Order: sequence, then structure tokens, then C-alpha cells
Amino acid sequence: MLQTLESCEKAEAVSSFRERYLKAFRFMLLARVLDDKMASLYRGGKIHGGVFLGRGQEALSVSVGMALRKGDIFAPLIRDGAGRLAFGEPVLDAVRTYLGSALGPMRGRDGNVHRGRPREGLFPMISHLGAMISVVNGALLARRFKKMEGVVGATCVGDGATSTGAFHEAINQASVEKLPLVLVVANNQYAYSTPTSRQFACADLADKAVGYGVGVHKVDGTDLEKCLQTLEEAVTLAREGKGPRLVVAQLLRLCGHGEHDDAGYITPQLKQSPLGRDCLKEAEEYLLRRVWADAEGIRLWREEATREVEQAVVTAQHEPGPDPYQENWSALASRYLSERFEIYDPAAGS
Amino acid sequence: MSITYLEAIREAQAKALADDPRVFIYGQDVAAFGGAFKATKNLAVEYPGRVLDAPISEDAIVGAAIGAAIEGYRPIIEMQFADFSTPGFSQIINQAATLFWRTNVPCPITIRLPSGGTSGSGPFHSQSMEAIYAHYPGLIVMTPATVEDAYSMLLEAVAIDDPVIFCEHKYLYYHLKAPCLPSEAMPVGKARIARAGRDLTIVAYSAMLHEALAAANDMAGEGVEIEVVDLRTIKPLDTDTVVASVARTGRLLCVGESWPWGGVTAEVIARVATEGFGLLDAPPQRLNAKDTPIPYHPNLWSVHRPTARSIIAAARNLLRM
Repeated sequence: MLQTLESCEKAEAVSSFRERYLKAFRFMLLARVLDDKMASLYRGGKIHGGVFLGRGQEALSVSVGMALRKGDIFAPLIRDGAGRLAFGEPVLDAVRTYLGSALGPMRGRDGNVHRGRPREGLFPMISHLGAMISVVNGALLARRFKKMEGVVGATCVGDGATSTGAFHEAINQASVEKLPLVLVVANNQYAYSTPTSRQFACADLADKAVGYGVGVHKVDGTDLEKCLQTLEEAVTLAREGKGPRLVVAQLLRLCGHGEHDDAGYITPQLKQSPLGRDCLKEAEEYLLRRVWADAEGIRLWREEATREVEQAVVTAQHEPGPDPYQENWSALASRYLSERFEIYDPAAGS
Repeated sequence: MSITYLEAIREAQAKALADDPRVFIYGQDVAAFGGAFKATKNLAVEYPGRVLDAPISEDAIVGAAIGAAIEGYRPIIEMQFADFSTPGFSQIINQAATLFWRTNVPCPITIRLPSGGTSGSGPFHSQSMEAIYAHYPGLIVMTPATVEDAYSMLLEAVAIDDPVIFCEHKYLYYHLKAPCLPSEAMPVGKARIARAGRDLTIVAYSAMLHEALAAANDMAGEGVEIEVVDLRTIKPLDTDTVVASVARTGRLLCVGESWPWGGVTAEVIARVATEGFGLLDAPPQRLNAKDTPIPYHPNLWSVHRPTARSIIAAARNLLRM
């Protein structure tokens, strides 16, 4: 009898994990399709500024988004398209921001990966690495003041950010305040073109956690199953009040820093190593192996994702960009304190 | 009974904490110790859980304030010295100053900078940083020169929906006294005619206001009537009041304790030259600290920054032009 109950529970757990895996896979697929579309629009000259892809980092990123709930805080970085979707960012927010629609969350004032909805817990990254960690800390501190329990804040950085003062200050601050912070480091082996050998000299980035008194989790970032389990564990521990967690994932960026970069510096040895595996392909094979999906089903999902992305592009392409003559050119919320600076405009002949 | 400039800052923070549950104070040594200058004395006891000691991490201190502001709080940050705001500079100018413009979510944080020189403080505990913060869009920069302004402007700073750089002058902390706290205040962004005159306008702010007033009083004995304008906030800068004063006097001398290159005095002169060139009877002049780091020894320090004496010399020179 007892054995039956146990096996029932086990079956339920497997079924629930299967659901999560399938959901995560579909967000990864959607993120990849969205990335590919943005890259293609960029090459066609349809996007101003840069395009930054998350190729190869989807398994890790989606796992962060999947482990969080509504009401949590998420400060993603440049390669977190999948995590953003899983956290609830609409595809249209991404497309509108890339295409500079005035109707997007950033209204043409900021672009590409610099987008978010702070009031909904999705913080828009600035370009300075490590800078979002302490902002998440502050939001978590505020939640503590409000006596809100069971809230988690997660943020992602790369191996490069671990060299910044901001990273050091913020992880230490989170530990001093025992905040429910999950700090995810995607060690994708390069910060732009700089290999990890020129970035840090410790044996493993995970070793840094000890120095800050922070719990640590290590994971293979190419393996969706492991990423889901690790992030779930880290987020759960943070939610239970066990203090900040550092998650360090090993993977490889399967693209340039941005679409302007051919990534010629990534060595063939790394590409052929286990780190160079494409997490999306790996996840697809995992699904087929377990017969949790078949090739036809995956093809249909891909088609659905493509339709969703194409629809968002059509919508955003028909929307106006910001109008410089309607722009109020005030950086202040207290508009009454704005100064009027005359702007010489050659086009207007003034 | 009288109250000092420093006590006014302490009282303003006590009132902000009492009036608004969204206010909290975060900074180094601000809690049980009451701050390096005692500007938060006893506040941690009076408002438990709302005055927090921070690690020596200015970047993370400002970052955390921004995060709390996104969540609806109104943090007051104490930088132990204005000089130490530089490790937090990136968060202030890149994150706090851009947040509203980028996202439409306001960032109501107040960053207190104990500013300016005192004898013996040397290069790293004496700086006046108002000009570099004023350079960036999205920040308000306050430079109170009186006990009344220190109190009322700090309360305004907390109430404003934007990041405010509150430059409080350490030299005024104990020197300056008022009989009581003010019950009303001028609007933020309005300059004040601190002394009326007809022969020459001196524009000053913060501790330099008092050097300018001393100079004006001294010269009154010679029959020269100097008008002194206290800018109060350097961003926004009340160009109208300055130009109106120059219209009355025809002569302009700007005095600032910070360095000359691209600073507040340069900005004031640029504005008067572009908006009120015809009002000037003589080339506008300015007086700043010397273009070196701030010296430690009192012999050097006493001539490094403008004083009543050097202001008088500059004013006499300008009156002869």
C-alpha cells in the first residue's frame, strides 16, 4: 500500500516535471525563433543599433524565468530572451523595442535588450555590468519593509561581470542583509572577446560564493533538465529564507557578442567540446528520447512560435516611431522643475 | 534656543521619517552611531528598522536605493563625504538619472553629500561635486546655504519624485545657527536675493554665500552696494533671478567653491552672456577654487578657495572696469 502511494507520488512528480520541461522547451524555442528573426531583420537593415542573441544560453535563462513566479523580481541581462518570456514578457515588448515602436515599453527612448516593466518586477538592464544586482537587492529590501514574504529576486550576469566592483559590492550586500537573491552567472567562456583566462584566476567562479558567505549551485548550462532542477532548488532555498544563492553555469555563447561580431575568437576546440552543445537541440533530443514529444509535434510548435513572432513584427512595423517634435525632452518626473534648453535644429532652420 | 545647520538636517530627516512611512535612511555608520557627523543621531532608536548601516559599497548603496524607489520607497542615502560618492557615481548617473526617462517609473531618492572644505581635511574629504552631478540630465542638485534652506530643502528633496543630490556644506554644519526651524519655504528652483544692492551682482551658493555676504558688508563701508544672489539649487538654475539682478547692477561676479573648469560659475556666466549680454556694463567675472587638489595645510587651504578677502579684491577690480 505504502509502496503504491510512493510510486503514485513519483509518477505525479515525473508528470509535473514533464509539464515544466515541455513548457520550458517551448519558451526556448520561441526565444530562438525570436532571436533568429531579429538577426534577420538586423541583416536586412531594419533594426537601428545592435541585436544581441541568447543562442546557446536558452536552457539556463529559461530555467530562471520558470523558477520565478508572478510577484517575484527579475533583472535579466542581454542573453535572457528565454527567461524573459518564461517570466511573462510579451513577445511584442521585445519586438517593439527592437523596432523602435513608440508603443513599446521603452517608447524609442531605449532599445534592444534594454527593456522592462519595473512595476511588474521586470527590471530594464543598463549597460554597466553588475549594476542590476544591487537594484534587485534594494527591491527585495523594500519587500521586506512591506513584510512581503516568499518573494525572490533573480538576476543574471556573465563571467565578465564577476570582475566588476558592482558585482562584489552587491553580492556582499545581499549576504549581509540575507536577501532572497538568486544571482545567476552564465560563464559563457568569453566577455565579448576576452577569454576567461584573462578575466579571473580562481579555479572556479563558484569558489567566490564562499568568500561572501553565499550558498552556491553549479550546473551544466547546456542541459535543460539540470538547469531546471538547479534553478528550482536555488530559488526555493532563497524563497525559504536561506539567504542569497550564487548559481554558476558552464556553457558557450553560440553567437557573437552582438550580431555585428562574427566571434572569430571562439576556438574550434571549445565549439567541439561538450560546452559547445546547443542546448535547444539537446532538449529536443531529450524530448524525442523520452517520447514526451515527436518530431511532428515539435515542428508544429516551431510553426506556432514563428507565427507569433511574425505577427508581432507585422504589428510593430505598422506602429509609429517616436516623434521628436512631440517628445517633451524632459528627464524629470517633476516636470515643473525641468529647465528649457533651446535646441538648435538645422532641419527646422531655426 | 537656536538650531544649527547640521541639527536642521537631522530634524528634517526625523520629520521625513515621521511623516512618510516610505522614507528610510541607508548609509555607512548612520544607525547606532548616528553618522560620521551625527546627522542621523538617535534616528535609528526613534525609527527602528528604518535607519540601516551599509557596508562600504557606495555603488551597491545607491543601487539598493534605486531598487527600493522602484518599489515605492523614498530612501535617503548618506554618503559619508561627498568625495566618496564617486564609487557610486555610475549608479547615480546611469541608473537613477535615467530610470524615469527610460521607463516612466520615478526614482525618488535623496543622496546627501557632506560637501566642501574645512580646514585640515585635505584632498579627499573636502570636495564640492555639484557641477558634475548637475551635468547629467535627470538629477536635481540642491546647495542650501542657510539653516532654513537645509531643513526645508531636504524635506522637499525627499518629496520630489526625482533623484536629488543634496549638497550640504560641512563648514556650515556647526558655524551656522538660526533661532528656529522655518515654517514656510521658497519654491524649489527659485534663487533668493540674499542682499539687495545696485552696483554689482555676486552670484553664490552654499558656503560661498556667506563669504559673499561678508564681502558685501565690508564694501558697504566704502559706499558700494553689492547685490548677493543665493542660487539655492544649482539645477534647476534660476537664470531669471540672476539676469534680473544683472539688469539692476550691470556687473556680475560668480563665486563657487568647486573647481573652475566647466562648473557652476561658468554656467551662470554663459547664461547671462547669452540671455543678458546687453545688460552687462563690464565683462562678467568669476572666482573659484584654484585648479589643484584641495590642500591639507590651513595656510594653503585658506587661499585655495574663494574667501571674503579674495571676493572683495575681485569685486573692486570689476567695479573699475
